[in-house]
Amino acid sequence: MKTITIDPITRLEGHGKISIFLDNKGDVENAYLQIPELRGFERFAQGRRAEDMPQITSRICGVCPVAHHFAATKALDAAFNVAPTSAAKKLRELMYMGYFIYDHILHFYYLGGPDFVVGPDAPAAKRNVIGVIEKVGVEIGKEVIKHRAYGQKITAILGGKATHPVCGLPGGVSKGLNKDEVKDIEKMVDSCTNFAKFSLKLFDDIVLQNKTYVDLILSDPYKLATYNMGLVDKNNKANFYDGMVRVTDQKGKEVVKFEPQDYTKHVEERVEDWTYIKFPYLKKVGWNGFNDGKDSGIYRVGPLGRVNAAEGMATPIAQKEYEKFYETLGGKSVNSTLAFHWARLIELLYATERAKELIKDSEITSQKIRNPVGKPGEGVGIVEAARGTLIHHYKLDKNGLIDKANLIVATTNNAGAINMSVRDAAKGIIKGGKVNDGLLNMVEMAFRAYDPCFACATHTLPGGMPLEINIYDYKKNLYKKLKQNI
Amino acid sequence: MTKKNDKPNKKLQLAFYWAASCGGCEIAVLDIDEKILDVIALADILFWPVAMDFKYKDVEAMKDNNIDVCFFNGAIRTEEQEHIAKLLRKKSKYMVAFGACAVNGGIPGLANIANKAEVFHTAYLENPSTNNPKKIVPKTSVKVKEGTLTLPEFYDTVKTLDQTVDVDYYLTGCPPTPDQIMTAVGAIVENKLPPKGSVIGPMKSVCDECRFEKSEKKITKIKRVYEVDKIEEKCLLEQGIICLGPATRGGCSARCLDANMPCTGCNGPTPNSLDQGAKMISALASILGLEGEEKMTDEEVQKLIDQVVDPIGTFYKYTLPSSLINRRVIKK
Repeated sequence: MKTITIDPITRLEGHGKISIFLDNKGDVENAYLQIPELRGFERFAQGRRAEDMPQITSRICGVCPVAHHFAATKALDAAFNVAPTSAAKKLRELMYMGYFIYDHILHFYYLGGPDFVVGPDAPAAKRNVIGVIEKVGVEIGKEVIKHRAYGQKITAILGGKATHPVCGLPGGVSKGLNKDEVKDIEKMVDSCTNFAKFSLKLFDDIVLQNKTYVDLILSDPYKLATYNMGLVDKNNKANFYDGMVRVTDQKGKEVVKFEPQDYTKHVEERVEDWTYIKFPYLKKVGWNGFNDGKDSGIYRVGPLGRVNAAEGMATPIAQKEYEKFYETLGGKSVNSTLAFHWARLIELLYATERAKELIKDSEITSQKIRNPVGKPGEGVGIVEAARGTLIHHYKLDKNGLIDKANLIVATTNNAGAINMSVRDAAKGIIKGGKVNDGLLNMVEMAFRAYDPCFACATHTLPGGMPLEINIYDYKKNLYKKLKQNI
Repeated sequence: MTKKNDKPNKKLQLAFYWAASCGGCEIAVLDIDEKILDVIALADILFWPVAMDFKYKDVEAMKDNNIDVCFFNGAIRTEEQEHIAKLLRKKSKYMVAFGACAVNGGIPGLANIANKAEVFHTAYLENPSTNNPKKIVPKTSVKVKEGTLTLPEFYDTVKTLDQTVDVDYYLTGCPPTPDQIMTAVGAIVENKLPPKGSVIGPMKSVCDECRFEKSEKKITKIKRVYEVDKIEEKCLLEQGIICLGPATRGGCSARCLDANMPCTGCNGPTPNSLDQGAKMISALASILGLEGEEKMTDEEVQKLIDQVVDPIGTFYKYTLPSSLINRRVIKK
């Protein structure tokens, strides 16, 4: 039997590793994506002051600290039995939109998007933000840098600093907005709306007008008919900051909608001994191995999971784009993994539109930003991180210290699906023992679409993700080696 | 004229690597925004794997000091990270510990209150959403039906970079600010680096940069930040909120204070102070208590001290691995 190990070397050396096993005919028998990393937050949270959790857990991910910051803050709201003031809730959501603007721009232009903007068959060394700038021009490149920075600046104005913010408190936030800050934010938000529209146009011009790309998006190796999960508002529109968790099936029909505190009734995690990451699945459907379809409890989260789990977007222009998305890709649910990129841009537009609504809200300068807390107890907080549904669950002791903490992060929710996408991409291209460089691109694209945390930032400056495939014969002798960017 | 060196037009070779960290240090580099274009003009940014080959053999074959400056972020908690740190040290002229985790252990360093067995127990066994009747935990080598899969060993103890290799410079903060990063890059480009072992940062404390006024008022009650309804325009310590400003190096513009939140110490100890927590405890002791402190009974003093509910998380949030008592002793 041949073993192909794709050992991504950069941060992925410590954070992700793919092994592909071939059968006697040289076809793919199975693939494993291993996460060789664990930091133990749930353990060392024990004994900490509960109010420190928004700042401690933001260090789980420096790319999406705001998501952890507010999942933790909302878990504290629930644990201290206090709702934030109306103004505080709006300030939190506004900051959250700043975070989405920054993070979705980061992914589209720096991490995942280069595959399409520069092209999936371009040399790997070009598939990065520098390649994007070469393709679209330095002027647009500067716009990319500027608007990513705007997202960070909005977050920093509200949160103290963007990485890692400090404003979240049970019952509210620590800082309000003054009129000058409102003016600054509004200017940045307007500019970001235009940039989001530009980005969708760019995607349309470069990707959707190119039949090869559309065929690639819709091709079988990149399809996965899983369940989908995301937060929705009371009208079942996608929401990033708040709401109920909605799960839809492979055809877009609602399976369940639950309140955050009920997550353990609906989500269960499986432990495998070959990886440090756990595999969540829908409890009522059950674990049925690494398979898609209605009998397997595996679900997807993130931009594609969210649009599939919702019935639309709550702002007008994003809603139009949402409709176009389903018209173009064949109705609910869209199961094409590469459609994550398009969904991400629709969400970017929504974030800017929603930010505009919030910054124009007369309450946004209110200084009623704190409510007094109740007695410490137990609470669950759920937000949509850019990469998907994020769950924090704390049990506090009588002194307000953490007794128990449980965290299910976005990439963990996608772990089962990412494993399958990697396997299917490999199956699609490795036949009869023939392996070529295309495998590197295909496999890399399959999991980069999810924007997984363990891969994020591998693609920043200047290189594409380094990958190496070692192929061994049945005697474990190396007979072929493929690599990129190494 | 000075004699030209052998490679006059060679761009600076910079490398970045992350060990046990969150990615925030990478984002901090991007947060220098359009200045990144200037940096690219001056330097080749070699994200470490781009330059090196699989299983480190090509790195090992690389000439020593091939990399001009290696910015290393993250703490050390696996055998693999330790190995990479040692290799990169050898291949780099200057090794810079970049950010709180590499410098002092950072938040992941809080894991030194536990060990591997405890971390695994919490993550995989005693967990409200995990269904694990067979009590499976990850192993370093596992036979699956198609072959064998391996994982790196998870250490019991988190270490800082300079507990692992020789470090030339330190860039503090969680993450370092864009200004601090540009100061460091500027010093490298202009060859104006301070003496080896220096922290590249200002010689002052967060208090020196804080907008709140300090008086000499004493306090008798420590308050949790959520217990204070409204922050007044004065020193947070004097409002009863524990703020690590006096024990923490500045350079951050006291941004957390601008957001009405206390300093939690991410920039590490003040210049000339070895143990941030010890310094803070002493600062707190001087403000806590009444004028007639010496007349208090031991019990009364104990009561005051007991108000600090989580000393490790409060005083050593970012520095447990580099502190004098760097981990909990666990009897096996």
